[in-house]
Amino acid sequence: MRVPVLYIVRNLAARRLTTILTAGGMALVVYVFATVLMLAAGLEATLVATGQDDNVIVIRRGSQTEVQSGVDRRQAAIVESLPEVAIGQDGMPLVSKEPVVLINLPKRETAKPSNVVIRGVTPTGLVIRPQVHMVEGRMFRGGTSEIIAGRSIASGFQGAGLGETLHFAQRDWLVVGVFDAGRTGFDSEIWGDAEQMLQAFRRTGFSAIIFKLADSDRFDEVKSIIESDPRLTLDAKRETRFYADQSEALSKFISYLGTSISVIFSIGAIIGAMITMYASVASRTSEIGTLRALGFSRAAILVAFLGESLLLGLIGGVIGVVCASFMQVVSISTMNFQTFAELAFRFVLTPGIVLAALMFALGMGFVGGFLPAARAARLKIVDALRAA
Amino acid sequence: MPRVRRLRAPGAHCGKLCASACRSVHRFFVYLLRLILKNSLRHKLRTILTVVGIVVAITAFGLLHTIVDAWYAGANASSSARLVTRNSISLTFSLPLNYAQRIRQVDGVTGVSWANWFGGVYITERNFFPQFAIDAPTYLAAYPEFLLSPEEKKAFFVDRQGCIVGRKLADKYGWKVGDQIPLRGTIFPGTWTFSLRGIYDGADKGTDQSTMFFHWSLLNETIKKRFPRRADQTGVFIVQLKDPDQAAPVSAAIDAVFKNSLAETLTETEKAFQLGFVAMTEAILLAIQAVSFVVIIIIMAVMANTMAMTARERGSEYATMKALGFGGGYVALLILGESLAIALAGGVIGVLLTFPLAHAFADAMGSLLPIFLISDETLAMQLGAALIVGLVAAALPAWRAANIRIVDGLRAVG
Repeated sequence: MRVPVLYIVRNLAARRLTTILTAGGMALVVYVFATVLMLAAGLEATLVATGQDDNVIVIRRGSQTEVQSGVDRRQAAIVESLPEVAIGQDGMPLVSKEPVVLINLPKRETAKPSNVVIRGVTPTGLVIRPQVHMVEGRMFRGGTSEIIAGRSIASGFQGAGLGETLHFAQRDWLVVGVFDAGRTGFDSEIWGDAEQMLQAFRRTGFSAIIFKLADSDRFDEVKSIIESDPRLTLDAKRETRFYADQSEALSKFISYLGTSISVIFSIGAIIGAMITMYASVASRTSEIGTLRALGFSRAAILVAFLGESLLLGLIGGVIGVVCASFMQVVSISTMNFQTFAELAFRFVLTPGIVLAALMFALGMGFVGGFLPAARAARLKIVDALRAA
Repeated sequence: MPRVRRLRAPGAHCGKLCASACRSVHRFFVYLLRLILKNSLRHKLRTILTVVGIVVAITAFGLLHTIVDAWYAGANASSSARLVTRNSISLTFSLPLNYAQRIRQVDGVTGVSWANWFGGVYITERNFFPQFAIDAPTYLAAYPEFLLSPEEKKAFFVDRQGCIVGRKLADKYGWKVGDQIPLRGTIFPGTWTFSLRGIYDGADKGTDQSTMFFHWSLLNETIKKRFPRRADQTGVFIVQLKDPDQAAPVSAAIDAVFKNSLAETLTETEKAFQLGFVAMTEAILLAIQAVSFVVIIIIMAVMANTMAMTARERGSEYATMKALGFGGGYVALLILGESLAIALAGGVIGVLLTFPLAHAFADAMGSLLPIFLISDETLAMQLGAALIVGLVAAALPAWRAANIRIVDGLRAVG
């Protein structure tokens, strides 16, 4: 025979202040837990989405980022002529040879400088990145000092908005357009004509070569060809893999720090639940005795009190997740340690995170409620009835 | 009961006999404290659980603040007598070495040194620590806080393959003088092997002891052979000032020298330079700070719950006391005292636990956060937070108990 669910719910409703405080504590823990997971998920989503699976990025062996890398024109020409490279509609290979540098720009709100990626691209560079499209203004013209800015940069940095000018490398660069790259890492970049960038920054070589594979399955072959060619000291990676690797350290840092903080915080909330449940058991000793006398088994009592604690956890969990879901409108811009460059990303709530957060909340309820429930179940009928 | 009546007395006699009044006031508080202590030990399990909760929260709060402090360690350890000159485009662009001569000619400059970030990997990417190629004699002169014995200094200066590392770094990897340390270059390709010639100590606790230094000339010679265009360049110049108050005009004078050149410079104080790094990761710091206050709010909810339950259970007791003649304020004081006693007990234990935990955490983080010290400010904030938790938790129950009507209180059950 089971104790009715309504009895459990009524018990929580009877002591409103206590229920609110305990569930509120749990809700805060769940909120922190969920937002941290959302942040890590958002970071990964941003950087994984930045790459296209059939694009290959080639950088100098041993370098970890495009900014560190250097590929001279001779090596670039060898890569360009590989038969595995896809051919575009105009009959030219789909290869983009890009200089990538960092410049220091002040943020709009705080005027504090941060590093922004400047990428020199060619028309082909846009063809192999179909996720990029203009939202304001127009594309830059080749051979001029015109640039276009990613959405996060245009809104976040001084002088990077449409119609404004930026001064770097002894030139004034006019921002003629703002592009959207579908919430990928490119949203945090500034693009201009590749040859103009090379001249301005006085470079002779490119930073990275990006090409589209004619056949996506032949990546391993291309990789071994490039890496075994004695004329090339280059590494090839799938673009998706390359960007995923770049988010690794930051996303690990966020999830490690966040998870350990959540676990520590949960101790506080578990203790809160324990105190509440112990008090609940103590004040209802005679009631428990009555229930037992009526024929409810020890197991039924255990389940009833555990259920009360789990319900408390569930309430906290739902409140926490609902609050966390509002964080999805917020976007964070910070420096990625690995690339040393600014990167904007948002909080992303996935069904997995909702599930994890609710399980976490129920877990807190279970751990907090088990000992008090066991005490309630162990009470002897006679003693319990006498307690009144 | 007679004792209770005497306790009520001080208010009435205070004006008449000061000595006896003082004695009464004294007794009043002793009695109050005893009552508070007895009350807080009535539900031992509950009190213990609450204290544990506060300990966890206060320790976490302290650790999070120490993490934030560690971020600023570089800026705090910087000297006001040093300027850093870098390429105005960004740190990833270098400056020609011949700038050193021209910077030295600027008024108010007493010395110039230079350093280059190397960005090498020791065995795997996980073993991160900073490495700089330096012009050893001038650099060590500019940074007197790196303490090296004269023999080690000499051995380092004469060995062009030599390097020196901080004490903490040497301890972490078990390096001894004479060891060979291989690094895989990410910015400068190839494998570079250095022989350890000295281990430096910090002049004080705030000095970074997790960095490796080697000769810039070695780096330059190798680059000259392989990438002639990248030779004779350096990342930053370190400028020593005659007078720290002249930092702003000297910075402006240096930048003016290189205005409209191929490599324009940006000169700032070492502190501003270090704070620049902090600012880039500000979003993360703000999040950590926000989270450290969330834990206090969580524990406030737990503690408030404890006090609310306690006060509710004792509703009839408080009514009885009031019926006997105790004022509402006295009852409120009882609740407030109990709450503060529990919160402060948790706070003190939490502060004490922060030290070993911070130590363990610093060991685990290794060279990622080289300086990890608990500041006095953090300790004060921990105790302050405990105090606030105690006060806030008691507010509502104390107010309720003080204002409850005796009849209602006596009628209420559990």
